[in-house]
Amino acid sequence: MAILPVERRPLTLSERSYLPQIARGLKTTLKHIFAPNETMEYPEVQPEIPPGYRGVPTLVTDPHGREKCVSCQLCEFVCPPKAIRITPGSVPEGSGREHIEKAPEEFKIDMLRCIYCGLCQEVCPEEAIFLQNQFSLNGLTREEMVHDKKRLYELGGSLPDRHFKWDKKKAAAEHGNAH
Amino acid sequence: MSQTAPSPDLVTVNIDGQEIAVPKGTNVIEAARKLAVDIPHYCYHEKLSVAGNCRMCLIEMGMPAVDPATKAPIIDEATGKQKVNWIPKPVIGCGTNVSPGMHIRTTTPMVKDARESVMEFLLINHPLDCPICDQAGECKLQEQATGYGRGYSRYIEPKNVKPKRTVLGPRVTLDDERCILCSRCIRFSREIAKDDVLGFTERGSYSTLTCFPGRELANNYSLNTVDICPVGALTSTDFRFKMRVWFLKQTNSICTESSVGANTVVWSREGTIYRITPRQNDAVNDTWMTDSGRMLYKEVQAENRLTRPLVRGVAVTADAALDAATELLRSAQPGTVAIVGSGRSSVEEQFLTRKLAEALGDKVGAPVSVVSRVGEGDGLLLSADRNPNLRGALITGLIEALPPTYAPLAALAAAIEAGEVKTVISVGEDLAEAGLSAEQLAKVSVIYLSTHANATSQAAAVVLPTLTVFEKSGSFVNQQFRIQKFAQAVPGPAGAADDLATLSALIAIAGGGRGGPVSDRNAVPNGRVETLWKALAAEVPAFANVTYQEIPDDGLLLDATPYASLPFVEGETLHHKPTTPISPLNERATTSTAA
Repeated sequence: MAILPVERRPLTLSERSYLPQIARGLKTTLKHIFAPNETMEYPEVQPEIPPGYRGVPTLVTDPHGREKCVSCQLCEFVCPPKAIRITPGSVPEGSGREHIEKAPEEFKIDMLRCIYCGLCQEVCPEEAIFLQNQFSLNGLTREEMVHDKKRLYELGGSLPDRHFKWDKKKAAAEHGNAH
Repeated sequence: MSQTAPSPDLVTVNIDGQEIAVPKGTNVIEAARKLAVDIPHYCYHEKLSVAGNCRMCLIEMGMPAVDPATKAPIIDEATGKQKVNWIPKPVIGCGTNVSPGMHIRTTTPMVKDARESVMEFLLINHPLDCPICDQAGECKLQEQATGYGRGYSRYIEPKNVKPKRTVLGPRVTLDDERCILCSRCIRFSREIAKDDVLGFTERGSYSTLTCFPGRELANNYSLNTVDICPVGALTSTDFRFKMRVWFLKQTNSICTESSVGANTVVWSREGTIYRITPRQNDAVNDTWMTDSGRMLYKEVQAENRLTRPLVRGVAVTADAALDAATELLRSAQPGTVAIVGSGRSSVEEQFLTRKLAEALGDKVGAPVSVVSRVGEGDGLLLSADRNPNLRGALITGLIEALPPTYAPLAALAAAIEAGEVKTVISVGEDLAEAGLSAEQLAKVSVIYLSTHANATSQAAAVVLPTLTVFEKSGSFVNQQFRIQKFAQAVPGPAGAADDLATLSALIAIAGGGRGGPVSDRNAVPNGRVETLWKALAAEVPAFANVTYQEIPDDGLLLDATPYASLPFVEGETLHHKPTTPISPLNERATTSTAA
C-alpha cells in the first residue's frame, strides 16, 4: 500500500497563544463549581438504598420475635461459595415453640466467602434469611468476619410476616379437629 | 395364549409394548422393574407381604381375547394379532401376579389420572413441613408429588391433627400426621421382627399408628421400620434433626457386629459419620440390619479413642513407639514372643499377622492365638459367633483350628505363668477382657495395636493406635464363607496409623529390618490393600483367582468345603443354616455370653 504524506496545517495565532482554550477550560470549571453536586459526602451522608438491594445476609425474626429459621439447610446447600454453615438442633419441650420442632443450634455465614448473590434468600422456604440494606462491613480479624447466629439476628432484626404459619399450626393443634 | 413361555416356570408378559419373561408368581411391579419401568408405590415392599392399601401402583391391565365357547384366540383383523381385552378399571400392580400373555400399560391417561388422584388424596392431610422433616430428600411422597402432584391444594378445610412426637420405643419417634397408613412398619414388625407391637387405631381419616397398650417398639430391629417408612412418620431418635440426607456421602461397608456380615451404607459428612443403614444383599441380610449394628459408628468419636502412640503410658511419636517395639522384639529371646490375632481384623490384616508370626519365629513361627467372642444368636441377623471375620483367620492361615470359645487365652495364660512367653503382640484384642489377669499382663511386655484405651492399653509396654472399620478398607469373610469388601468412609484421627502400615512396620522390625534404620521400616510394600492382594492371591489357595477389585459389591462366595467339618458356633440366621453340629464345648460357651 502506498504511503500518503499528509501536510500538517500550521497553527493559527489563537491556537499558538492558547488563550481561548484556557478560557474554555475555565468555563467548564466554573460551570461545575456552581452546578449541583453529583457525588455524595460519604460517610456523613448515607446513600438511599433501592428496593431489592442485596446487602449483607441476615437472619430475621417475625413480629413476635420468634426465630423463623428451622435449619432446613437449603441455604447451606444452595450457597455457591459455601459460606453458610448450620448446626441443626431441636426445639426443647416447654419452650412454647416445640410445635416447630427444629431450629438452628448454630448458624454461621463466612462474610469473607459470601458473594452477595441472594440465592439463600431466594431458596428459604420459611422467609428467614434476607439480604438487607447493610453494605458496609469490616473487621480486624478473620473470626470477626464469620457472622454467628447472634450477630445475624442483630443485623437482621424483625420483618413483617404475612403468613404466621406456625401460629396457625399451633392454633390448629389446640383447637383443630383433634379427637 | 398368543405365545408359548420359554420355560414352564417363566411367564411372558407385555409391559408398555415390551415383552419380558419373568418367574411365575412375580407381581407386576417387579416385572416392570426388570424392564426399568417404574411403577410408583408406597405400601408395597419386596420383602414384605402385599397389603395393597396405598393404591399408588394402579396400572391398566388386559388379557388376550379368546372365544368363550371355543377358547380359540380372537384375532384383530386390522393388525393380524390376537386382540387384547382391556379391563375398564385400573388394577393395583403390587397385588396382581403375572399370568401368561398379560398386557400392562403404565403410561396411559387413565393410569396418570389414577396416580394424580391418589397423590391428591394422600396430600389432603399430609403436613407440608418438608423443611423440618428428616425424610426430605429420600421421601417417596416428595418424589411422587414432583411427578404426579397438583402443585396446589383444592382442599380448604383444616388438616387433621394427630400426635406429633410419639415415642414408640427407645430408638424410634413417630410423627403421626405424616403417616400415610401404608402399614409397612406393621407388616415388618409382624413378619420379619416377629414382634407384633404396632397397629392402627381409629377409623377413616382418624386412623393412627400406635403401639399396643403397654408395649413398645423396642426390638433390635426397630430402626428398620424407619428405613422402610416411605414418608417421614417414623424417625430415628438418634438421627432426628441431625443432618439433611443430601449432604451425606454414602460408603459401602460391612457390619462388624457378628459373623452375619450385614451389608451396610455409612452416611458421613466431612469426616463425621451420622448414621448407618442396611444395604440390600438378598443372599445375606435382604434389606435389614440390627439396631445395635447401627450404633457401632459411635466408637469412632468415643471418649477413650487412642490418638497418640504410648510407651509405658507416656505419649510419644510414632517413630519413638516403633523404636520401643524394635527394642522389645530385639531383646526378646527366640521363641518367647506370642501373637494374639483377632476375628475382628480384616482378611488383609490377618494375612499380615500371619506374616508377622512367621517373621518372628525361627522355623515354626510365633504361636498365634485368636480370641473368639460368642453371644446368643437371634436367628435373624445377629449370629452366635460375634466375630465378623473368624473364617478369614482360617483361610489366610493365621490359625489352623477354631479357637476355644470358652477361656480363649487359657493356653497363652499358662505359657505366661510358665515363663515361656515374655512378649505378646496383640492385634486389636483386649487381653484383659479376653481373660488374662493383671498379674499375667504384668509378667509380659505387650505390644498392643488398638483403637481404644482399655485395661490392656494401660498395662501395655507399647500402644500403637489403629483405625476402626469405618476408617480403613479391606474385606471380611462371613458365616457363609462369603468375602465382602468394606471401604473407608471417613479419615482416621491424626495420630492413628493404618493397621496394615503398622503391621508392615512390625514385620520389617521382626524380619529383615530388625535393628535397621527407621527409614527401612516403611520399605515393606504390602501396606496397601490392592498391592497386598497380589501376595494374598499368590500365597492363599482360596484367593488364587481373586483380585480385590473384582470382589462384587454383594460379596463373593468362597469354597467352604475344607472347613465343613469345623464346629463353628452358629445358630440359624436369615440366610444361613449351619451344617455342623455345635460341639459340647461351644454349647457351654453360648450360655456364658462372652460378647
